[in-house]
Amino acid sequence: MPKKTLTFALMDAPYESANLTTAFRILDAAARRGHDINVFAYEGAAGLAFARQAPHPNPVHGKNLAEENHPTTKDQVAALLVEAAKNGGKVDWVNCGMCVDERGVNEFVAGTRRGSPADFQAFTDASYNTLVIPTK
Amino acid sequence: MAKSSLNIVESAYRAVMEEQDDTILWLLAAMQGAGGAHTVVLRGNAVNYAISGQGAPGLTVGEWKQEQAPRMDHDVADLIDNRKIPVYVVEEDLAERGIAAATLVSGVKLLSRAALPALFADYEIVSHW
Amino acid sequence: MAHYLLIESRDPFESNDVGYYYELAKGLVDAGNGVTLLLVQNGVLAARPSAHSAALSALRRSGVEVLADDFSLRERGISTLADGVAAAPIDIVVDHLEAGHKTLWH
Repeated sequence: MPKKTLTFALMDAPYESANLTTAFRILDAAARRGHDINVFAYEGAAGLAFARQAPHPNPVHGKNLAEENHPTTKDQVAALLVEAAKNGGKVDWVNCGMCVDERGVNEFVAGTRRGSPADFQAFTDASYNTLVIPTK
Repeated sequence: MAKSSLNIVESAYRAVMEEQDDTILWLLAAMQGAGGAHTVVLRGNAVNYAISGQGAPGLTVGEWKQEQAPRMDHDVADLIDNRKIPVYVVEEDLAERGIAAATLVSGVKLLSRAALPALFADYEIVSHW
Repeated sequence: MAHYLLIESRDPFESNDVGYYYELAKGLVDAGNGVTLLLVQNGVLAARPSAHSAALSALRRSGVEVLADDFSLRERGISTLADGVAAAPIDIVVDHLEAGHKTLWH
C-alpha cells in the first residue's frame, strides 16, 4: 500500500477516557504501515504530549515506581513518533495553542508543536483521509 | 481548495460555560476563517443550541465573576450570518424535545433524520462531534 | 457506491443514542452504500448475546458488516458473539482510511 497522509483529531484529556487507548492503537497501526500522520490535539488532548507528566507507584497493588511502570501519554506520543520514522513515515503532532495555554501545559514532547485550528484545516485539506475522535 | 466537510454535532453544553463557547462550533468558525468549507448538522441534544433567547448569567465564585457568559443561539446565528456555515437541525430531535421550529434562530434549516444518509454523499469529509 | 466505516464506542445499556447510530448504518446501506459498523470499547458489550444484541444481528441481515474490536472483547471477557457479529483487529480502521472510506466515530 503506497504511503498515505492521514489526519486525526483527538479531544480527550489523558487518563480520562478509553477513547485514547483506542486512538493510540489506531495511530500505532498507521505508524507501523509507514503512513504520514497528522494529529490535531484539541481541548483536553492538548495535554497528551505534556512533557512534565510523571509516572507513580501503586500502593494499592503494592508496586513501586519501577514495578508499576505507569503509562504516561507523553511516552506514547514519543513512541509513536519513533515508530513512524522507523517505518518511513512522519508524524506532525499539533497541540492547539489556546487549549495548551488555558491548561498550562506549554512544554511538549520533542517533535510535537504548538498550533491552531488553521493547522487542522490545512491537515484535512492536504491529507488523504481524516478521522475525528470526539469527546463525550 | 478546501474539502467540503459535514460536521454532525451532538455534544451539547459539555463545557460551554467553562470555555465561553461550544468548543466544536468555535473550532469550525475558526477553520472556516482559515479557508474551510464546513456545514453543521445539530442533532440530539445539540438541537437545543438553536433556540433563540437562551443563556444564563455567568458563573460567580466569591468575588470572581464571569464576564463573557456564552450565548449558544448567538453563536449559531454567527455561523450562519457571518461565517456562511449552513446549519441544519434534525427535526425529529426537535420534536422529541418539545421544541417548536418557531423558537429557532433565523436561518437554520430543518433536516429529517431519514435524509441524513443521503447528505453524506455531498461531502468529502463527514465527522461526528 | 461509497463505503463508510462507522465506529461505535458507546453501548445501548448506558446510552439511548446508540439506536440512532445503528439506524444511520442501515440508512446508509439502504441508500446503496457499503457500511461497516465497528464496535469498540463498551460498544462491544452489545455484541454478547443479550437483550440488545438482536439489533446487531438485524443490521447484519440488512447488509451492514458488523465487527467488534478484539482488544475490547478480550478486555471484557466476551468470547461468544451474537449472530452476525465478528471479531476484528483495530488495523481494519487503517484499512478503511487507506481505502478512502469516510470514517465516523460515535
